[in-house]
Amino acid sequence: MSKNNDLLRAEGINKSFGAVTAAKDINVGIKKGERVSLIGSNGAGKTTFMNMVTGYLKPDTGNIFFKNENITSLNPRVITQKGISRSFQIPQIFEPMSTWENLLVALGTSQKNHSYFKNARSKENSDYIDEMLSRFSLNEFAHRQVSELPGGVRKLLDIAMALVRKPDILLLDEPTSGVGAEEKYPLMDTIAKALSVEDLTVIFVEHDMDIVQNYSERVVAFYQGEIIADDNCDKVLKDKNVQEYVTGKTQVKAK
Amino acid sequence: MSPKLINNIFFQSIFLMSLLIVVGIFIPNWLVFVITKAIAYGLVGLGIITLMRGGLVSFGQGFVFGIGGYTAGLLGTQAGLTDAILLLFISFIFTGFVGLIIAPLLARYRDIFFAMLSLAFSMVLYGILIKIDAIGGSDGFVLPESTYFGIKPSPEYADYMLYVVSIIMTGIVSIIIKYYYDSTPGLIALAVRENELRVEYLGSSAFNVAVLNFTIAAGLGGMGGALNGIALGHIDPEFTYWTTSGEFVFISILAGYLSVPAVFLAALLLELVRSFSGRYFPDTWQLILGVFLILSIIFIPSGIGSFFKKFFDKFKNK
Amino acid sequence: MIDELLTIFLDGAIYASWLFIVALGLTFVFGVLKILNIAHGGIYALGAYSTATLVPIFYSLGVPEQFVILTMLISALAVAIVITPIMERGILRRFYGQDEVLIVLVTYAIYLVLEDVQKLIWGMNSLYVSEPRELLGALEFGSLYYVGYDLALIGLAIFCGLFLWLVLNKTKSGKIVLAVIHNPEISGCMGVNINKVYLAAFFVGAFLAALAGSFTAPLISVQVGISVAVVIESFAVVIIGGLGSIPGAVIGALIIGMARAACVHKLPEAEIFIMYLCMAGMLIFRPKGLFQGTQARKI
Repeated sequence: MSKNNDLLRAEGINKSFGAVTAAKDINVGIKKGERVSLIGSNGAGKTTFMNMVTGYLKPDTGNIFFKNENITSLNPRVITQKGISRSFQIPQIFEPMSTWENLLVALGTSQKNHSYFKNARSKENSDYIDEMLSRFSLNEFAHRQVSELPGGVRKLLDIAMALVRKPDILLLDEPTSGVGAEEKYPLMDTIAKALSVEDLTVIFVEHDMDIVQNYSERVVAFYQGEIIADDNCDKVLKDKNVQEYVTGKTQVKAK
Repeated sequence: MSPKLINNIFFQSIFLMSLLIVVGIFIPNWLVFVITKAIAYGLVGLGIITLMRGGLVSFGQGFVFGIGGYTAGLLGTQAGLTDAILLLFISFIFTGFVGLIIAPLLARYRDIFFAMLSLAFSMVLYGILIKIDAIGGSDGFVLPESTYFGIKPSPEYADYMLYVVSIIMTGIVSIIIKYYYDSTPGLIALAVRENELRVEYLGSSAFNVAVLNFTIAAGLGGMGGALNGIALGHIDPEFTYWTTSGEFVFISILAGYLSVPAVFLAALLLELVRSFSGRYFPDTWQLILGVFLILSIIFIPSGIGSFFKKFFDKFKNK
Repeated sequence: MIDELLTIFLDGAIYASWLFIVALGLTFVFGVLKILNIAHGGIYALGAYSTATLVPIFYSLGVPEQFVILTMLISALAVAIVITPIMERGILRRFYGQDEVLIVLVTYAIYLVLEDVQKLIWGMNSLYVSEPRELLGALEFGSLYYVGYDLALIGLAIFCGLFLWLVLNKTKSGKIVLAVIHNPEISGCMGVNINKVYLAAFFVGAFLAALAGSFTAPLISVQVGISVAVVIESFAVVIIGGLGSIPGAVIGALIIGMARAACVHKLPEAEIFIMYLCMAGMLIFRPKGLFQGTQARKI
């Protein structure tokens, strides 16, 4: 490996589950501040890639570097502490708690040297949470139990929790899945607005090509565990292989 | 009274403690004894609800109950230490320390496996204790009478003295525990209960939460065991038996994990049911206990604590 | 030396067979219903008591002696028929889908109730029914002397285990049960009557517990408190073997059976203790038992 200015870099990643190849010689580097979307049909290896970056799965071979440090063998907690946060396709939020309390937990986990005798609901914690709430337009849901909230709001909260710790890289696993078509764009707008505040690198998995076009500069296309295209958005979406295997816009060929 | 005062934990505790101490003068001796035993059991229960807040239930708290009891007993018989306050305190610290040592072994496991491994620990201890004849084997041994700051109370006041001491010490411990519950680590423990994976992905360690909670639960269980031993004046391996552990789990399920005082109320209920059915239906007290247990799980699934919480939330919203 | 080893082996095998029959019911019920049933020990005791009651009645009838085995089977069956609807339909059904530990506590409560029920029905006296034990005579291996009935227990255990395994793997109803074990929700959607499967599985578990009690009755004095040891010992077996696994129960029973027999002959002080040691050791090194299942991906 050579030192370079990639913030995150995967080198020669292979991973298989039994007979299924989920990652085949993945090499990709991502620079600070990039907005990258990962596309590919179900089972193409996008989520596996995300799970390997965040330490939930270990690659069979290959290494992952973050800020030129090898993070391949680290667990999700340590990787999160180093500055890579993620959201989930199915929001992983604390169901019996309110939106406010969920963010309070997220805030608490991001702080060091906790006092065991100081109330978590302190003034400075409250102020920060209120700020996060307005950034994600969640104010009206602040004190409602999250198990009762609509899908889009749950997604927003899930992302907001990942952002509380002010990560360098944020991975979003299908931020608009499971949300109605008419809700998708307002939701993505809210997310984009909330993320634009910091100098943040965002990698997201997305199936909706309009969203991919509107919200990312760079696209990485996966097919059967391999990267088949990696370039700026327009080029990738016009790529023949991508059209055939990913976006499904196959040109009708004369026979 | 102002809602703020009612919600103040120091006010609540001091009010409750003084009330109990005054009431103790007027109630019969057997009830003083029953309440003291309920406090002992409640302390163990408080440990289990601390674990429950982090998503774990130990089915083997007899382990720490026994260690606490035997610590107090052996210090009394072997080292001549009879000061009840010191014995309770040392048992708390020592058992907490034992808990800290075995916690990393247990903290890797969840659900039924955690429950069963903790049970296995208690049964191993039981197996050892019944074999050591030097400390009475399965008969156990008698503890020397307790003293308080060097003074031995006359027999008719001995129970009351222990009652007062246990109320004050338990009150202090409960306040500390309540502070922990409301702190940031206490909140993270509740999050671990709901979704451990997410807590790890937020950057906190579920393992550390489990270790801390188990250590606290061990300390509390040890103090409860010491208090129970001192109150009975006798200790035997039954302290560590699985049926004893079952009673502790029952107390914590009956109380729920939402409220600290609820756990002592649940323990008192158990002790009252036990002593009444023991007195009036000596052959069927297990049957009554079992039916009581099933009914309370059916009708109060989230525990007595849920009523407490509703009550105090009323004041908060004003 | 050889004699001693053979003694340990045979004693261990007999003890393991008894343990296996109890643990088989326990592990099967856990596998299907996800309930770790503490009251299993209580059902075992009821089986022993009902045999101790029915067998003397049988002898007073003057029927040929061999049929006493049938009486023992019937008494085990009777216990299972009475206890299953009360426990599964009446109580446990309310708690399906709730926290496993909470259900353990419920079965603990039922265990307490059963303890006193035994006292209320049969009193505090010990009952003895040693007659069936003489039925099969004795066998001699060199200088060793074994009661045929005890050795027959090994056969009974093998039969129970094989029978359950064959039913589960080779019959249609068995495969339905396996489907329910794997995923109750989806099986339910596919038209399987889950409640019926749960009832049947609980019945099988209860019958096995009662059967073990019934066939142990001639070996012991049936009295208050015989269920306590069973609870812990059968727990130890399923924890060593892995909760819900039949091959696991075989191995678990053999480990504990042999370890205990070895202790009885070599180190009597450790007899009770060895079992807890096996259990604790297994939990530390392989907490989900020897035969652990796989876990589904979470995210």
